[in-house]
Amino acid sequence: MNSDKITKYILFGASLLILVVAGGMLYSLVEGSLPSFRVFGWKFLVSPEWNPTQGDQHFGALAFIAGTLFTSIFALLVAIPLAFSTSLIVAEYFRKTWFANVVSTCVDLLAGIPSVIFGLWGFYALRPFIVSIGLSHQGFGIFTAGLVLAIMIVPYATSLSNSIIMMVPNELKEAAYSLGATRLEVIWNVILPNARSGITASYILAFGRALGETMAVTMLIGNANILPKGLFSTGNTMASVIANEFGEASGVHLSSLIEIGLLLFVITAIINATGKYIIKKFA
Amino acid sequence: MAPAASILSIEDLSIAYDRDKYAVKNVTATVRKNAITAIMGPSGCGKTTLLRAINRMHELYPNISTEGKIKLYGDNIYEMPTIELRRKIGMVFQRPNPFPTMSIYENVIAGYKLNGIHLKRSERDEIVETTLRDVTLWDEVKNALHKKGTFLSGGQQQRLCVARALAFKPEIILLDEPTSALDPVSTAKIEDLLVELKQHYTIILVTHNMSQAARISDNSMFMYLGELIEYEDTKTMFTNPKDPRTEGYLTGKFG
Repeated sequence: MNSDKITKYILFGASLLILVVAGGMLYSLVEGSLPSFRVFGWKFLVSPEWNPTQGDQHFGALAFIAGTLFTSIFALLVAIPLAFSTSLIVAEYFRKTWFANVVSTCVDLLAGIPSVIFGLWGFYALRPFIVSIGLSHQGFGIFTAGLVLAIMIVPYATSLSNSIIMMVPNELKEAAYSLGATRLEVIWNVILPNARSGITASYILAFGRALGETMAVTMLIGNANILPKGLFSTGNTMASVIANEFGEASGVHLSSLIEIGLLLFVITAIINATGKYIIKKFA
Repeated sequence: MAPAASILSIEDLSIAYDRDKYAVKNVTATVRKNAITAIMGPSGCGKTTLLRAINRMHELYPNISTEGKIKLYGDNIYEMPTIELRRKIGMVFQRPNPFPTMSIYENVIAGYKLNGIHLKRSERDEIVETTLRDVTLWDEVKNALHKKGTFLSGGQQQRLCVARALAFKPEIILLDEPTSALDPVSTAKIEDLLVELKQHYTIILVTHNMSQAARISDNSMFMYLGELIEYEDTKTMFTNPKDPRTEGYLTGKFG
């Protein structure tokens, strides 16, 4: 056997290992969920009741599915205007200047900060502030968690849309300028129509990040196993209920947590696949 | 050279990208109305910069400095709003660049759309049809007006881009090596078109292709290292160049 072939087999083996691990993970999740699925069936998805008290145990995921979607959608709605403005500043208005460099480096740095630090900041800085302006009594809840989550996903939403906006060919922009367009007209009529699908995809991928974010959300959402009643209500997300309860859970309780994990796995996989599909198809 | 009816006069124009790095140096010239003026010269001679200075597209790059004047019918274009100027002076680029998100129809009237000028349906139809007829594209695309312009061949795309530049009825059309990305048949069509169009428009053409300049232009400029070396009646320049550098370029000694 020559060295080319050996290298090829080693590389092949390594990448196969990743597939095996991913498959194994999915298998463990499915297997772990089965006891819960046998007891609650599909009602698990629509029941908002979560009662781990021995003897009166009942588990349903709806409160967490709702909490996850509510928090993530709110975070996305807050993040989009921030990310969109940042992208236009970095990739168009101040393109290739020191200012754009500083802004995009800082935004990228945000992505590297461990989420527990966002959680701490939210807990000790943002939460007291929210209490002090009277938005909520204790400052925990969907609103606080969503705001922090929004800041956390801004880098994911911007870095991809920056490169998509920069990829709009210069000759198209020049064509528009040569027809007497202003910069704003160039942005609305040339840059955005050409970058639209890529920008959408980057927001979908950022949404995928938000769904699974655990630590910072757990520290701020209030961890109440109830259907959130509003923006300032406490609640719990799929990721944070797992993080909170897995250590003390056993039996059907544990199996229900694993089933929530499986659901989260499937949802984020679908969201990510959608984002990547859009990029591949249109960008 | 004293052109009969001049439309544009360039007066001591110098353009520097960086301080003291001049792309165009002290160019003075008048451009004749309803004629084709070719700008020739080797790569990096400043011909494209000169062309882009006429509709102020060169200002899109930062740190550029412009000295001197260009007058359109006597008015200094550097004192006009660029938006207004660019509607009077249209431009066609090296590579065909129709807007890929717009249909053929929308590409033709893109100038109106971009400038937020609202037209009645009948007015738009009228502009699209006459302009596409002007660029001899109408018969080829009249049944596909609402398809994307990017489905057309390279030559058709370039004629579409000429149509887009013409839709505003500009005074002058600037073309930056418009056939360099095209095959010979498409090139011939564009050349015929330009000769046709000079009845109504003034055409300034940057070209790398000397035989193209010889075929279709009325007057020719030869630029070298940012300077306008020679500006003549095309026939005179090709048969009897005055400057040795012009002669060297035309006979293929450099370029």
